[in-house]
Amino acid sequence: MRRVYLDHSATTPVDPEVAALMMTYYTEKYGNPSSVHSFGREAKQALEEARRQVAELIGAEPSEVTFTSGGTEADNLAILGTAEALSKKGKHIITSAVEHHAVLETCEYLEKNGFDLTVVPVDEEGIVSVESVKKAIRPDTILITMMHANNEVGAIQPVAEIGKLAKEHGIVFHVDAVQSFGKIPIDVKAMAIDLLTISSHKIYGPKGVGALYIRKGVRVAPRIYGGGQEKKRRSGTENTPGIIGFGKACELASQRMAEDAQHLSKLRDKLMNGIVETIDYVKINGPLGDKRLPNNVNVSIQFVEGESLLLSLDMLGIAASSGSACTSGSLDPSHVLLAMGLVHEIAHGSLRFTLGRQNTEEDIDYVLEQLPKIVERLRMMSPLYDQAVHAKQAQ
Amino acid sequence: MYTEKVMDHFTNPRNVGEIENANGVGEVGNAKCGDIMRIYLDVEGDVIKDVKFKTFGCGAAVATSSMVTEMVKGKTLDEALEISNAAVAEALGGLPPAKMHCSNLAADALHAAIKDYHEKQGKKE
Repeated sequence: MRRVYLDHSATTPVDPEVAALMMTYYTEKYGNPSSVHSFGREAKQALEEARRQVAELIGAEPSEVTFTSGGTEADNLAILGTAEALSKKGKHIITSAVEHHAVLETCEYLEKNGFDLTVVPVDEEGIVSVESVKKAIRPDTILITMMHANNEVGAIQPVAEIGKLAKEHGIVFHVDAVQSFGKIPIDVKAMAIDLLTISSHKIYGPKGVGALYIRKGVRVAPRIYGGGQEKKRRSGTENTPGIIGFGKACELASQRMAEDAQHLSKLRDKLMNGIVETIDYVKINGPLGDKRLPNNVNVSIQFVEGESLLLSLDMLGIAASSGSACTSGSLDPSHVLLAMGLVHEIAHGSLRFTLGRQNTEEDIDYVLEQLPKIVERLRMMSPLYDQAVHAKQAQ
Repeated sequence: MYTEKVMDHFTNPRNVGEIENANGVGEVGNAKCGDIMRIYLDVEGDVIKDVKFKTFGCGAAVATSSMVTEMVKGKTLDEALEISNAAVAEALGGLPPAKMHCSNLAADALHAAIKDYHEKQGKKE
């Protein structure tokens, strides 16, 4: 059976070049970077080379990069670390309604522990308005935390404008760039970003590795205490093979970004247009064109439920994801789609395809051949489809 | 996450569709929570001669709907009323814990259809 992986925002395969390099650091150059001997020194040297590769992709100095176990830890370090460092200055935090749970849950934890939280809304495309952030700023605001690009609908936020705003008010600005990093350019200086979360396994690197960029001079209290690695910001023996793989993945991303973006946006538009042309009662979720990540497609297919779509696609070898309640582990569908103003029943029928470097035109053709048949089968079973068709006929 | 039996009923659901002139129709759930099940009955005397369903929902919602129609075809109304949501889930070899509450409503839809049948009969008499 043909297998088509269209869930690259969940995770990506590790590039073979990355995996091969990592293997050396498991079996041959396995020293602890903190050790004095030659085994330690060669590991340390490779670790610092990886730091340089990561820093280069975001326009930072290597010394400003702190490695973590992934995006979630970097988000926690940024938010909790800033809150602790600045709690005497103020206790107000601003975030958006469409953040990843790693940010939202962390902010909500702080809210339960004496901090004030303002969650700014998004428009129907999932984009935050700079004006609403401006209005939310108070004298005691210490942190604005906002994602660069949304993981569900691919909406790219105006981070440079928000960064400028934060800078004018002396507020720390944290950006979760897990989804945009390696796909679209990021320049922490030009965007006035103080803290930036990035992750390795979304860019063809290994899982279990991420980093937090901490602009020189910005104070972040550590969350993990111990041997004082990563300039005391994140103790624990470094995941050397993982970090070195992450560095290599950054180097490859930097070389391939323009080519990838062109390839992916072409496939993205082919898939989006194809779905709209072959299936009735569908809605594209999120913005179009340059305001959308080049690899994200998100559609709501009315009168059918997301998990049923996923199961049916999976039986044909197609891997996607959905914002339906059944796949979110709660009774409510995706908080992102609801924040964009979608009603529950439309959000339940959402389907996300996130494309990757290895996808081809043939992959998209295969989806466009199978999806309409799946939708037709599920709609034949759906009492809602009958009602809609009857209502239309009655008009 | 689903048993083979659930996947079988999801992939090849039994008794999908509507019954024209059904003498009992029951619907439970709502689109907001992501599950709607509608069951159509053709009752003759005291026996369920035919049963069909239409469902909007996840894999478990479709499979439980399909299973309940298989369980009650040819049964008396009293026998059908004894079938519970838990019994339907059991007949499918179990459901994931998260699905036991939100998508396991097929027996409720069946009971609603029987109630509708009784009400319609009451009006006729």
